Amino acid sequence: MESTSLLKLDKICKSYYGNRVLKDVCLEIKKGEIHGLVGENGAGKSTLMNILFGMPVIQQTGGYEGDVVLEGNQVCFTCPSEAMDYGIGMVHQEFMLIPGFTVAENIKLNRERTKPNVISRLIGKKMETIDVQRNRHDARASLDRLGMSFDEMMPVGGLPVGYMQFIEVAREIDKENTKVVVFDEPTAVLTESEAEQFLDTARKLANDGLGVLFISHRLDEVVSLCDRITVLRDGEVVALLNRGEASIQRIAELMVGRQINRLADRKKTVQVNKPILEIRNLAVEMPGEKVKEFDLDLYEGEILGVGGLAGHGKIGIANGIMGMYPATGSLVKQGKSLPLGDTMLMLQENMAFVSEDRRGVGLLWDESIEHNIIIAAMQSQKKFLKRVTPLLTIEDRKKIHEHTLKMIKDLDIRCVGPQQLVKRLSGGNQQKICIARAITLSPDILFVSEPTRGIDIGAKRIVLDLLLQLNRDLGVTIVMTSSELAELRSVCDRIAIIYEGRLEGVLPPDAPDLDFGLMMAGEFEHKGADQV
Amino acid sequence: MIPEQKELKPNTNSPLIKIKRKLIEFAVPLLFLVLCIIGAYYARLQPSFLINEIIMRMARNPVLVLALIIPVLAGMGMNFAIVLGAMAGQIGLIIITHYEVTGITGVTVAALIAVPFAIVFGYLTGKLLNRAKGKEMITSMIFGFFAVYVWQLFFLVFVGSIIPMRNEKMILSTGVGVRNTVDLVGIRYALDDIIKIRDLPGITIPISTLIVVALFCILITFFMKTKLGQDIRAVGQNMEIAAISGINVDKIRITAIIISTVLAAWGQIIWLQNIGTLNTYGSHVQVGLFAVAALLIGGASVAKANIWQVLLGTFLFHTLFIISPTAGRNLLGDAQIGEFFRVFVAYGVIAVALVLHAWQKHSAAKNK
Amino acid sequence: MKNILDLAYNIIGLPRLIISIFLLVFLIAAAVVDLSIPMLTGSLLVRVGMNAVLVLALIPAIKAGTGLNLALPLGIMCGLVGAVVAIEYKLSGAASFAVALAIAVPLAIIVGYLYGLVLNRIKGQEMIVGTYVGFSVVSGMCIFWLLAPFKNPEMVWAYGGTGLRNTILLHSSFDKILNDFLGFKIGEIEIPTGLLLFFGLLCFMVWLFGKTRTGNAMHVAGSNPRFALSCGINIDKMRILGTVLSTILACIGILVYSQSYGFLQLYQGPLMMAFPAAAAILIGGASPKKAAISHVIIGTFLFQSLLVVAPPVINVLVEGSFSEVFRGIVSNGVILYALATKWEGGE
Repeated sequence: MESTSLLKLDKICKSYYGNRVLKDVCLEIKKGEIHGLVGENGAGKSTLMNILFGMPVIQQTGGYEGDVVLEGNQVCFTCPSEAMDYGIGMVHQEFMLIPGFTVAENIKLNRERTKPNVISRLIGKKMETIDVQRNRHDARASLDRLGMSFDEMMPVGGLPVGYMQFIEVAREIDKENTKVVVFDEPTAVLTESEAEQFLDTARKLANDGLGVLFISHRLDEVVSLCDRITVLRDGEVVALLNRGEASIQRIAELMVGRQINRLADRKKTVQVNKPILEIRNLAVEMPGEKVKEFDLDLYEGEILGVGGLAGHGKIGIANGIMGMYPATGSLVKQGKSLPLGDTMLMLQENMAFVSEDRRGVGLLWDESIEHNIIIAAMQSQKKFLKRVTPLLTIEDRKKIHEHTLKMIKDLDIRCVGPQQLVKRLSGGNQQKICIARAITLSPDILFVSEPTRGIDIGAKRIVLDLLLQLNRDLGVTIVMTSSELAELRSVCDRIAIIYEGRLEGVLPPDAPDLDFGLMMAGEFEHKGADQV
Repeated sequence: MIPEQKELKPNTNSPLIKIKRKLIEFAVPLLFLVLCIIGAYYARLQPSFLINEIIMRMARNPVLVLALIIPVLAGMGMNFAIVLGAMAGQIGLIIITHYEVTGITGVTVAALIAVPFAIVFGYLTGKLLNRAKGKEMITSMIFGFFAVYVWQLFFLVFVGSIIPMRNEKMILSTGVGVRNTVDLVGIRYALDDIIKIRDLPGITIPISTLIVVALFCILITFFMKTKLGQDIRAVGQNMEIAAISGINVDKIRITAIIISTVLAAWGQIIWLQNIGTLNTYGSHVQVGLFAVAALLIGGASVAKANIWQVLLGTFLFHTLFIISPTAGRNLLGDAQIGEFFRVFVAYGVIAVALVLHAWQKHSAAKNK
Repeated sequence: MKNILDLAYNIIGLPRLIISIFLLVFLIAAAVVDLSIPMLTGSLLVRVGMNAVLVLALIPAIKAGTGLNLALPLGIMCGLVGAVVAIEYKLSGAASFAVALAIAVPLAIIVGYLYGLVLNRIKGQEMIVGTYVGFSVVSGMCIFWLLAPFKNPEMVWAYGGTGLRNTILLHSSFDKILNDFLGFKIGEIEIPTGLLLFFGLLCFMVWLFGKTRTGNAMHVAGSNPRFALSCGINIDKMRILGTVLSTILACIGILVYSQSYGFLQLYQGPLMMAFPAAAAILIGGASPKKAAISHVIIGTFLFQSLLVVAPPVINVLVEGSFSEVFRGIVSNGVILYALATKWEGGE
């Protein structure tokens, strides 16, 4: 194998609004090398890729520090097409294919071969006729190179999803100057045999002298495929492993490992024999966070953490139970069976939900604090209403006002008054409003998803303390879903890890890093089952 | 987001399914064909008259409908703002009538004068529609209405006062404002008459105009096979992906609207040289409505259209137009019913097509 | 200073600003050319009252999240049917108005419900679909007016023709029934007390509805459907309710309009009626996503005063009738502005 450096990222630093997301990241891809990049969600992989591809978001947020060196020349891409021109190929996680176009048209999109005609000689190149035959020929050649036999004249819309990944790759290698191909979670949507075929393709490309950057959560694939592996954690490179040094266990430990500060020093024991909620066979059709077959008992008075990598369905669980997305399965709350899909019923049964999507679901952006806090309780539990005449019941201004003031005081919401619009509040205070809205429903079970996403560090601590306080003082059972494992481990009594829409296992917060890492990568095998 | 596993489409080779699919595909044109046949039966018009009328309309109307195709393919829906194109054409005609340029020269000069106006109007429309992505149709429609009023303001108030124009035949007696009707006698039939067959009794065939229509059809077909045409199709299918592939989406969309507007200008000139009088404040008003209705009746949708649908739709819509007043009178004793009916058909077919299209899009988004 | 100006601009909004400046210019011009201010004021009050209910009809639709309801003609048709039936039975005075309402409102409920069902299947395309649904219903009703078996000679064509007339005089039924109720004069200004009271009553009812649990639910469903879902609110039901209420108000609106105008306008008359109403509420400061009763009042007032003041002033400068042109440019221009603006909250 040659060892010429193809692409080199040198000491890349990047911060978003003062929030440092990458720190001195170095990464080198050699000619003919398959380089793995692994890390938890939020470790900085996407930001790194955005820098490499010249995504506009990077420039809009103040650019980056450090150098990107391509074949010895320093480059700085300001838009994706520039990166493309320089030979950076990308295979997207979301397919960038036009369903109504044929495979060939997609492969040659905006790089079509054309032939001149009378009119184009008069007006210009844009009027040249598309040379269907040559485009078809090119596409065929690329597909053949990947060992794909399907018809290049089929419309993409009718093809199985597995093929799409290969069409994307074919498009990248059809570009004559492609030097580096980046695969972002390429096998996530593929079946096992397709994935196998895909990995062969990646090897083939590397043998042809391209550099391959392989980003994946499937650690077995990474270990077997990659020549070298860079592990990112919290925006820093924590290890660069060569083939042979890397094992699934090692990577898992490196990805997760960090200091855990227990916020809760809990002496209380949860009554393991008394489930407050029994979830069986839960399946949720939430796009991108599908839950397939999920079983779990929730015990009264506990704080249960739900963790797992993005896209594996941890977010889907609370959304499915609360009726935000179509769900099937059975749900038994304190012995009472509840049909899924009826939000109103769940609210009436004293279950409340703080959504991961604060802006989209959690808040009425343009409305007052007051309105945001009381509306759910008014609708589902008919609180805050007064009867004016037998036929007319309207909102009770006084009660609303009093309750809001109490919430502002209890939760220490920093605002001008109950009438202030929530869009004018800081992220932390907005999250408190969401929690206040949930408390107003006087829940005995509270689902909280990503409670600290997008709020600053000080506020994070306050929100977590608030949840602990709710649990301790009001006895609310809490299900907390979070992408930040450290956060789950700092407050939860038990942590359930979801992998591919199923429960991989339940761990105590002080379990070793390795166990968490393995579970999140779906490599825990049988170990998890005994502990449930 | 992880796309869901999609099954391959079921085997479609069964002849029954094929026939069923064809029937669904042609449901709208078939329905209107049946309507036309019933109408023609009750209208009891002279066959030669009916055929003559249809031929005349098949010569003078399709270019206006053709003007709609490219915006549809660019994913911008029905361009109701072809009204502005029609205006550009009329500006050309008013100018050549003023300077008394007649005959085919007049038509040609008018067509040339119309182009820069149409380009400017199209550019403005395109800019506006780029600001209203996802709401192109309502925006182009309102822009059309807006333009109609600006046109009135301009030709009633500004012409004669700010813009000097002295031609007693065209200007109102006060010296300000263009008359309600402008006689286009100088260019009447100028294009139709170049080659005309009058061999059959009661039937004249304006071959030259038909050739022009055919040329435009060929031109559009050719155009969609060029690089620019491919870009337009890509943008029409998915703006986001087109942009990531390096296509300048906004520019392509503006180009599509400009082409549409220029075609509409020429279409209006072809139409008016056959009509022979310009109704200064009325000729352009319904252009968008009738063209869109015709295209939809031909089986097109808001997202898909081709040349054959233009021709079929023009044929069906205008046949209905010819027969409905007499059919209405013979059936229900009032010619007005027929007239109301055809207006109702025009609006109704658009309403139904819009509902169906939005419905499909909505359920597709839901299934995602 | 600049900040204050910016803030003022943000609060007032471009359309309201431009219209206000226009209005100011025309008012000054009116003073210069010596138009009778009392007469203008009187006619302004009448025009505000008669148009405001149609503008108010847009509120429930915007609140429920279906945007500007350009299918107002649906409700208008129901109102006209009610009126025509009342006249057919030769009712007069308050009875004719009440019967017209009693027939129109149930019709509007049915029509609004059906249209609401359609709207729930075409989310995001309400405006264009609404426009053409409105157009086709108006043109379809043309056939109805022509064929319907009405007999009252006041309404059918006098000589030989079939069907109803284009305009039907209301002097024997409910002409000015609201305008003249408790009407009085201040100096030369006639105050259409009943008309304004009736509008005020409707505003109060709409406001009160907003305070109920259902009203709150509808508002939430309109401003953030996902939030509404998480509160257990049935969004589709709320959208239907908004559409029904909007249609009911439109049918009341056309009756109020007609009684003040003195005629019923059938056939193509109501074709374009939704657009000035939409323009008025936008001028008032509403957006296709957010509207309040204050927007209705301010918008109708500004728009109508412009329409009252501008034409006579323009006519002094140039000959001819431009009120129609002027109205067309303003109303379509304002709607275009709304369409081309990215409103907060996204699509």
